[in-house]
Amino acid sequence: MAYSDKVIDHYNNPRNVGQLDKASTEVGTGLVGAPECGDVMRLQIRVNPETQVIEEAKFKTFGCGSAIASSSLATEWIKGKTVSDALEIKNTDIVKELSLPPVKIHCSVLAEDAIRAAIGDWKKKNGVSEPAAVAAAQSAH
Amino acid sequence: MLKVIDSAVPVACWACSVAHNDSTLFCPHCSKIQPPPESDYFQVLGLQRGFQVDLDALEREFHRLSRKVHPDRFARADENERQWSLADTALLNDAYRTLKDPLFRTEYLLKLEGAEIGEEHAGKDRKGQSDPSRVPADLLEEVFELNMQLEEMRMARSTGEIDSVLENGLVLAKKKFESLLAAVDLDLRTEWKAWDTGDAAARKTSEKSMVALLDRRRYLRNLVRDVTETLGA
Ligand SMILES: [Zn+2]
Repeated sequence: MAYSDKVIDHYNNPRNVGQLDKASTEVGTGLVGAPECGDVMRLQIRVNPETQVIEEAKFKTFGCGSAIASSSLATEWIKGKTVSDALEIKNTDIVKELSLPPVKIHCSVLAEDAIRAAIGDWKKKNGVSEPAAVAAAQSAH
Repeated sequence: MLKVIDSAVPVACWACSVAHNDSTLFCPHCSKIQPPPESDYFQVLGLQRGFQVDLDALEREFHRLSRKVHPDRFARADENERQWSLADTALLNDAYRTLKDPLFRTEYLLKLEGAEIGEEHAGKDRKGQSDPSRVPADLLEEVFELNMQLEEMRMARSTGEIDSVLENGLVLAKKKFESLLAAVDLDLRTEWKAWDTGDAAARKTSEKSMVALLDRRRYLRNLVRDVTETLGA
């Protein structure tokens, strides 16, 4: 199966690979996996406590080219967004941007899950009430 | 379950017009070869639908039917019958390969029973969160760590460095994941038995467990493969 140019670009030059301090209260960590292909993806965000803007996003993904490209793109997109705006990102947006074929859609789902998991972790650390988080997550769909 | 009923729908024999179940390669009435049946592999090979299969019976029936539909026997038959002998042979081979292999068989029967597994499950548009029970959560952290170690190992190797602590750690990890893999296979066998002897409710529970076990297995298999590759490099 041929990868699209955008996937190849993200795969060869992944943006924001790395790690943030998991222990920091400003950092949210999402670790998700796709049993379909055995991928595992860690996405981390550092949120400005005043503005709730995601100032830094890092990822480390072990998996296929599409999974790496999806998480790379996800970090690019959420950087500079507020937490609630980042929750608006849907896996279908990633599919479109990267022209992912149907068999690779789960990679984009994984990236969306990773964003949600990272934000969820940050919210939990900072005592942001869960009902609000749930409502935000639902309105995103 | 609908599939079973569907495949039991009788079809008329092309040669003698007498109806028969669409699972047989030869008309029970006139013995003429039939087009590939629509029924499932179990019916084609005369086996009871179940996760535990009598492998001797499978082997016998496969060879018996293979001889009967062999294209050599239809070399001088009508064009249709020649084509059907080829198509029936291909079907038999697929059915045999699928039912003989424990994992292929498990996946095949789960699909027949309408369970969503692997890629199929993921390809769909989805609403809300994915089912968290499908991700082997206890494994994620470990999988991630192991992948980090593997990467470190590959980098050390590429610079000609030998890190025996790292290497020993990987050897241990490999052993551990191999034993986890063996445990999953044992659990699968238990679920096979539970499904084969259970009622409808027990079967549904069992199917869920098997889907989760297959997910876990895929993860573990990849890990063992990656560790083996890296250690052997
Ligand atoms: Zn007939």
